[in-house]
Amino acid sequence: MSAAVDAFSIVAIVAGLVFFLAGTVGLLRFPDAYTRLHALTKADNLGVALVVIGLLPQMDGVLAALKLVLVWLLVMLSSAAVSQLIARSVRRQERGE
Amino acid sequence: MTTVVSGVVALLLLWLALWTVIARDAFLAVAGFVVYGLLLSLVWVRLAGIDVALTEAAIGGGLTGALLLGAVGRVRGTEAAAWSERSGAGTRALALLLSLGVTMVLVLCVLVLPEDAPTLAPQVVANLPATQVGNPITGVLLAFRALDTLLEAIVLVIALIGVWSLAPDRVWGGRPGPRYVADPDGILAYLARVLPPIGIVVGIYLFWAGADHPGGKFQAATILAAMWMLVQMAGLTDAPRIDNRWLRGGVVVGPLVFVAVGLLGAWTAGAFLGYPLGWAKAMIVAVEVALMPTLVLVLALLLNGAPARSAEFMPSRSPDSASARSAGS
Repeated sequence: MSAAVDAFSIVAIVAGLVFFLAGTVGLLRFPDAYTRLHALTKADNLGVALVVIGLLPQMDGVLAALKLVLVWLLVMLSSAAVSQLIARSVRRQERGE
Repeated sequence: MTTVVSGVVALLLLWLALWTVIARDAFLAVAGFVVYGLLLSLVWVRLAGIDVALTEAAIGGGLTGALLLGAVGRVRGTEAAAWSERSGAGTRALALLLSLGVTMVLVLCVLVLPEDAPTLAPQVVANLPATQVGNPITGVLLAFRALDTLLEAIVLVIALIGVWSLAPDRVWGGRPGPRYVADPDGILAYLARVLPPIGIVVGIYLFWAGADHPGGKFQAATILAAMWMLVQMAGLTDAPRIDNRWLRGGVVVGPLVFVAVGLLGAWTAGAFLGYPLGWAKAMIVAVEVALMPTLVLVLALLLNGAPARSAEFMPSRSPDSASARSAGS
């Protein structure tokens, strides 16, 4: 049973890391700020989500697991808000305002 | 494997430090500094210094980064002119020699350290039960080295007075900076409505957990101050007038209570800042509770900066006058 749980964790975390890798490659290779933001949010949302899902069965206690979920929700909230703000600021600069 | 990771992180830290120093653009240098702070807090986690890691992330990366970003915004206009002035070869050679000298002395200091570094950790652990707190960091900060923490709190208040005294006479007692303007239906205003309730709970939790687990008043105060700043930056509330009596009372209450507890110790326990037997935890909690408003207010007001609008002046709400500091729309 524990081997199966560990295997689940490893698969989920590795899948999450793939999103981080893809997000980093996108950040470095994509041509403009909007597409770079698009790449980054994949790492923030899906990457962190999969790592958190992978770590959940490894936590001792429901409270620690809930804290981890809270961290994920906070990361999602802040990354969504910050990428909106960055995109707006870029658009304003492009318009020359 | 972990050695490889540590080595890579150490190299990254050195590279970031170098990059921060040689970056030509002040904004890029500050961005590098913030990333450096976050990476440094990872290093502290690796060294099992969770308290230091939290403080580094909150104050080193977050708060100092925000202060430096504010400074970058202020010097932006004169940055190009400053770069065009090149100092003479002699000055630069002297600066290089001085930096190398300081580095050499530091390297020598580290090299001559005895193999078993001198430590007071065993004594702290042996005497920690007397303080009735479970987190040795809190024990050191508020019992064994309480004097350092008291002076730290006083230094913060003095720093705030220093910032305030940069204000011209005509705006003394007024509000700092232009009022932030943001789209009331925008994402920043949304974040400033959703995040503070969570942030306040997390801040109070960190504060309370600090007695027995990593955490404490400094990290908690930074989070609470950040929540207040977020609400200000979203334009939902204005920066406070610095002549508000409640505000000033909140700024000084921490050091005042700390000194009072210290004097009480001189009377009941025979030493300034000594705690009478069995009362240590109660005294420590009292000091920490009193320090909270001081830290939150001072950290947020340092970010707010010197007063720039007189108390009578009604701030213009047109986006033009404040676009330099509007953060959202």
